[in-house]
Amino acid sequence: MFTIPDNWGKLSPKERMEARFNSWMSLDVPFASPEVQQAYKDRVQMVKDVIELKKPARIPVIPWIGVYPAEYGGITAEEAMYDYDKLGQAWKKFNQDFLPDGLASAALMGPGKVFEMLDYKIYHWPGHGTPADTSYQCIEGEYMKADEYDLLINDPSGYFMRTYLPRGFGALGPWQMLGPFTDIVELPFVGLGLIPVGIPDVQQAFKTFMEAGQAVMEWISAVGPIDGGNIATLGLPNIIGSFTKAPYDIIGDTMRGTRAIMLDMYRRPAKLIEAMERIVPLAVEMGVRYATVSDTPIVFIPLHKGADGFMSNKDFEKFYWPTLKAVLLGLIEAGCVPYLFVEGGYNQRLDIITDPDIPAGHTAWLFDHTDMTEVKQKLGGWACFGGNVPGSMLKAGTPQEIEDYVKRLIDEVAQDGGYILANGAVLDDTNPANLHAMIDTGKEYGVYK
Amino acid sequence: MSQQLIDAITDMREDDALNITDEMLANGTDPLEVLEACRKSMEIIGQRFEEGDCFVPELILAGEMLKEITEKIKPMMQEEVDSAEKLGKVVIGTVEGDIHDIAKDIVTFMLDINGFEVTDLGVDVPPAKFVEATRKTGATVVGLSGFLTLAYDPMKATVEALKEAGLSEVKVMIGGGQIDDQIRKYTGADAYGRDAMTAVNLAKQWTGG
Repeated sequence: MFTIPDNWGKLSPKERMEARFNSWMSLDVPFASPEVQQAYKDRVQMVKDVIELKKPARIPVIPWIGVYPAEYGGITAEEAMYDYDKLGQAWKKFNQDFLPDGLASAALMGPGKVFEMLDYKIYHWPGHGTPADTSYQCIEGEYMKADEYDLLINDPSGYFMRTYLPRGFGALGPWQMLGPFTDIVELPFVGLGLIPVGIPDVQQAFKTFMEAGQAVMEWISAVGPIDGGNIATLGLPNIIGSFTKAPYDIIGDTMRGTRAIMLDMYRRPAKLIEAMERIVPLAVEMGVRYATVSDTPIVFIPLHKGADGFMSNKDFEKFYWPTLKAVLLGLIEAGCVPYLFVEGGYNQRLDIITDPDIPAGHTAWLFDHTDMTEVKQKLGGWACFGGNVPGSMLKAGTPQEIEDYVKRLIDEVAQDGGYILANGAVLDDTNPANLHAMIDTGKEYGVYK
Repeated sequence: MSQQLIDAITDMREDDALNITDEMLANGTDPLEVLEACRKSMEIIGQRFEEGDCFVPELILAGEMLKEITEKIKPMMQEEVDSAEKLGKVVIGTVEGDIHDIAKDIVTFMLDINGFEVTDLGVDVPPAKFVEATRKTGATVVGLSGFLTLAYDPMKATVEALKEAGLSEVKVMIGGGQIDDQIRKYTGADAYGRDAMTAVNLAKQWTGG
């Protein structure tokens, strides 16, 4: 946990970032040896250097890992979500054998048992709707109805508790009967306000909720030590300690769904914008809170529905960018580092995202199908960038092709620092030789002279 | 009034489009004329999409308007008018293990408004189902969609299944966020596309349309 110092209010965003990095660097775990601890510090320093647009000792190699460690460890993705011993063995083997500069965290797989107990309806997960060796996938749907924008805007937490969560989790359905907690303002209202809590179905829902909470504790007390052990024995910092999302994606991914949010852009644009603005402080608070609790300054933000082809630049500037920008500024203000995983192509958006209001040296952008020479030209000197090693090549290419690709990337766009070597798409499917080719080439060829 | 309807649809003025339709029908306009205006509108929107002047929200809204207008007309139609000559038959679906459908739906829509008879098998479609549908419909083009890198192997398996079933003359195109020429070779597909218009052009090329 990062302890907010007393003089926090007097610190600049840059000083706050510095304080968060210092705390991350001085992580207090029983490292296997002083050398391992030094390796940990060196890695954090590399990340800090690239964020601050400097040249580190060498290029940090931080692949974005999906379910591949399961296959590599000889288990299914389903087993990784249910059997924490197997999860631990597989993720340890992966981290040990590949030694990326950022930990492949076991926590990202999530507790399958909990999703099952709560009857999570918005996702399929391995063995539960998708094959045992596939990643989880979202089921497109209108989990928030078109006429519910005002409910969300007026009381986001109340909307989540009484409408969205009961719809998304079968076991929490009875929560629809709850009244708003804001009823409970003085003595006579306490009794009245609690009546719905006594309804047997609501009681059952809370009971299941409590049991799920217990199952989450079992999960976190298993995965916490898995990650902690890998950090302490291998010296790999956990990069992804916090996350948040663009408000457009929050509403578009799992609330309104892709089709509905895109129709909303025409049918109720003002409501959509108002709702996204309402979500901005919540998205900032979530990112900052997890960064503080996990003691990592990096806030991971996957970008989904603003990619090239999804909407015009005009709509991107009207619907997607303003609230995302507000989230980035809020995180930066708190000393956090937005770490954006820019899925798809962003070739048409580069001029928009390089917004002069966003200070240089406070963000990182990892791309997939975006022209990296353009990225270097537009983002160089303003923000750290990386990514782009193709998922297709990691699956169907040869180690030699990957080595050549990585070397070319480094030659062409990494020479001035501020660069992270990473793959473009979440790593679910590859083979050991190809992944080694990417990581090892990055480490050997990425040394700055 | 047909032109007004076309303008309303292509300008994405949904309410106007529906009001104009009501007005046209109330004035005794032949429903076929309304449908023809819709067809022209879709053609224009398709062109704009190809040229990068309109995007997913516009395609989705256009699809909605088309659906709403067709609903209004349906009760007034004596018989099915879907007699327009089709360019060819296409079977499409998201491959086994993958449930992403947005991109596939856009390709289906674009193929449809460009004159193809499309059989959309939905998502998480096993190879055998592609084989069965291709046989049943006599389609000469199969489109495989997938968003995840984990779709690569199911795509490969589907191409193999079609060949094993003796359907090797059927042309297979693949598409999705992580698809490129390397994956085309890996899966054995005939071609790949990065966007919906490529799918339309490939299908036209293969069917001589």
